[in-house]
Amino acid sequence: MSDARNRMVARAAREIAPGMVVNLGIGLPTQVVNHLPADFPVCLHTENGLAGIGPTLPPDRADRNLIDAGGAYVSTVPGSAFFDSAVSFALVRSGRLDLTMLGAFEVSQAGDLANWKVPGKFSPGPGGGIELAQKARRVIVLSTHTDRAGNPKLKTECSLPLTAQGCVARVFTDMAVIDITPGGFALVEHAQGVSIAELTEATGAPLSLPTGDIPTF
Amino acid sequence: MRLPDKTTTIEDALAGIADGATVMIGGFGVPGTPFTLIHELVRQGAQNLTVIKNDANETDMGVDHLLASGQVARLITTHIGLNPRAMALMNEGRLEVEFNAQGILAERVRAGGAGLGGILTDIAEDTELAEGKQTLAIDGKSYIVETALRADVALIHANRADAFGNLDYVATARNFNPLMAMAASRVIAEAEQVLPMGGLSPDDVHTPGPFVDHVVELTQISEEYAIVRR
Repeated sequence: MSDARNRMVARAAREIAPGMVVNLGIGLPTQVVNHLPADFPVCLHTENGLAGIGPTLPPDRADRNLIDAGGAYVSTVPGSAFFDSAVSFALVRSGRLDLTMLGAFEVSQAGDLANWKVPGKFSPGPGGGIELAQKARRVIVLSTHTDRAGNPKLKTECSLPLTAQGCVARVFTDMAVIDITPGGFALVEHAQGVSIAELTEATGAPLSLPTGDIPTF
Repeated sequence: MRLPDKTTTIEDALAGIADGATVMIGGFGVPGTPFTLIHELVRQGAQNLTVIKNDANETDMGVDHLLASGQVARLITTHIGLNPRAMALMNEGRLEVEFNAQGILAERVRAGGAGLGGILTDIAEDTELAEGKQTLAIDGKSYIVETALRADVALIHANRADAFGNLDYVATARNFNPLMAMAASRVIAEAEQVLPMGGLSPDDVHTPGPFVDHVVELTQISEEYAIVRR
């Protein structure tokens, strides 16, 4: 992982407060847990039926019946619970999930999220993403700032099929931390070595700047 | 008084599944997928199936064998991203795929198993999954009507069963299994261990025996159930 992405993931870990129930989506979000202290009091949920995810295990120590939603072999911690898929999403929909971190294809300045379908190219299906995006108390996106072709992922409007409208509160990228506000994208922090001009250029919608010095990560 | 014995051979358990049948299959990825029952369904060869499963497994595993044999006309699922064949068949128009939000698929199955007509939800209201679905207003809020799902057959993977069909599951192999075990006309459970009647404590039963029609003891665990090394 690039240094900027690693710092982004480490910065995102500071969003997790003690006592939270948290679901970390497949990909970059899953890496966030590596930046929490081993004894940090948090309950990690995975939608395939576990609250209280423990450390990831290598194949020689893995349990064939114990994976997270991304297919990684995980473990339990003292106090973990297993449950079926209906219970798992009852937890999500009823407001018991304090925070989710998800990947994104696109995020709009209104906080709309598109992350499950690129028509004609890649249609894996939504999995549990719609419920996580729509019902977690706080939705944070972790993503590269641009796609592989260099196009902005942060846009005035999403062009891809939506996952949920107005759900995203904050976006962490390899270039910046950006809040979704009633006035659109608002810069919170920028990555070391990234200029405001570069950031504005790579963002596909107006970006308001805070007054005074802008913190870096 | 004693409870009836439902243990049988795998051939008899699956015999007579008709062309055009709807088949629920438990599992989320590898855990809880009834790999051995799926192989028997491939061997017996029922065609034009509607399969309801969370995902399409991976190449050469589980549901992929049914896709490779051309037995599946329609797949009701949540995510097929780990199965290139499923995505290719869908894109070529040779497999009809109906995507559901994962927890809504679970609730539709649960509703079917609970004798209900469907559920009301606001999930996916902002998405194309809501297109064409009926809505209802309750206390001024709009809800999508998601219809219940039932199947002709459910294929279940249990950890332990007793001869009556009481089942338990382990770890994340539970997932859709206990829901699907309530939602089909013929429920077939493969179990890693079949215990004598009374071998499962009544407090430890996850799926009560009256829901289950056939119990098949696995003489060996499918090699597809081994640790996947990526």
